[in-house]
Amino acid sequence: MGAMQPTFRDLIAANKRNSALLVLIFCLFNAVVVLILGLGILAYLDPDSASHLNWGRAILIGAIAGGVAFAIALLSYYAGDQLVLLTSGARQISHADDPELFNVVEEMAIAAGLPMPKVYLIDDPAPNAFATGRDPEHAVIAITSGLRQKLQRDELQGVIAHEISHIRNYDIRLMLLMAVLVGMIVMLADLFRQMLWSSSGGRSRSSSDSKGSGGGWVALVLIVIAIILSIVAPILAQIIQLAVSRQREYLADATAVELTRYPQGLANALRKIDADPAELKSANRGTAHLFIANPVKKFADRAESMFASHPPIADRIRRLEALVH
Amino acid sequence: MLGTILIVVLIIVALIAVPVVFAIFLYNGLVNKKVETENSWSQIDVQLKRRYDLIPNLVETVKGYAAHEKDTLEKVIQARNQAMNAKGVAAQAQAENALSGTLKTLFAVSEAYPDLKANQNFMSLQEELTATENRIGFARQHYNDVVGQYNSALMRFPANMIGGMLGFKAAEFYQLSSEEKAAVQQAPQVKF
Repeated sequence: MGAMQPTFRDLIAANKRNSALLVLIFCLFNAVVVLILGLGILAYLDPDSASHLNWGRAILIGAIAGGVAFAIALLSYYAGDQLVLLTSGARQISHADDPELFNVVEEMAIAAGLPMPKVYLIDDPAPNAFATGRDPEHAVIAITSGLRQKLQRDELQGVIAHEISHIRNYDIRLMLLMAVLVGMIVMLADLFRQMLWSSSGGRSRSSSDSKGSGGGWVALVLIVIAIILSIVAPILAQIIQLAVSRQREYLADATAVELTRYPQGLANALRKIDADPAELKSANRGTAHLFIANPVKKFADRAESMFASHPPIADRIRRLEALVH
Repeated sequence: MLGTILIVVLIIVALIAVPVVFAIFLYNGLVNKKVETENSWSQIDVQLKRRYDLIPNLVETVKGYAAHEKDTLEKVIQARNQAMNAKGVAAQAQAENALSGTLKTLFAVSEAYPDLKANQNFMSLQEELTATENRIGFARQHYNDVVGQYNSALMRFPANMIGGMLGFKAAEFYQLSSEEKAAVQQAPQVKF
């Protein structure tokens, strides 16, 4: 066990580092996109402007966009968990509402040496659960009523141990920032492409005006760069997000077993979750990677692919059962 | 000339400063780990205390339904008092195990009383006691995890050279009794 510990410490450090890196990349990305977009539109509307560009003003615009992006990142760091809970329709419960659930959460918090997280219930028959928050002191575990009813105590313990592991490993911070910031990148890119479509429609009649003038090709190059960026960036961001998410799930499963010392509990719970056909109404592609199992069943069919937020459940069960001797 | 002297002085300062800074970091790291072991030990005590508090309630509830199980009830009370007054780690561990044993007997006996088993108060006390037993177990497990980290940090180079000089000693693991070891190997899973 002693030899395992540095790995977990390293992992936590890596998660914190990646969280900071994510915020930095997000801010830079926003600044660059807004800059190129602004210049492109300017050059497009007024071809002459490209030849006498005010670089000071352009950089100022980029810096403001970066600042706004940082403010958004800060907001999602402090209020992202509330946003996620709100969109998933979760409500906080107390010990009196469900003593057994509370006891199981507290047992696992003790096993991991963490403070007691807040417990939320989602009224939905689809069996699922997730953890969120910015650090172990501000952590939340949410579980659907469907999962709560289906599980026996030892299975519930496995699921909660998995969620507690996400909290202890600081997966929750990285995943929370990813949920909000990658969502923003995707939204921004969509918005940009829409704007481009509508503006090009309006300009097509008078496009002959700019023919032959100096700024025409500058505008074209900038817009082409912006288009490529707007297509590639969200796809890349999502692929990275999902790859990271899949890796975390295996790790949280392993840590959960370290806490419960009973792999069969989590394995049985995953089997029950897998067997249930119900789809979680309140989950969407933005929040899917937060859950213990993929809540979007249509995607579960292609779980092996690059676009799955979770590894196939059968594979996770196989790994868990390899731990039973 | 002055520049050369400055460089030499700087090198000497660096040669002294680097090991000192390193030692400070090492010392603080070990202190943190040591405090963690102490905290997790006291967490076990918190859970033991919780169990002591729950037991009188349980005994009162059972009394109302199964008055002639007086013998079993008295044994539970007795074991509780012994555990509360036990001195020393080994003696306390033994008393706690005896208490766990009497509680198991009490719950086994209560199986024969359907009215008691259906009692809301009894059911919630049973859940709380089961959970508290689990918490004690997990708190001990966490204590051992933390002790493992602390001890291995202490054995690593160069802590193994200077750790002793700074007054750090390896912490003791919580050991299962041979009785408990046998129970773990059988791994009885509580089903609800």
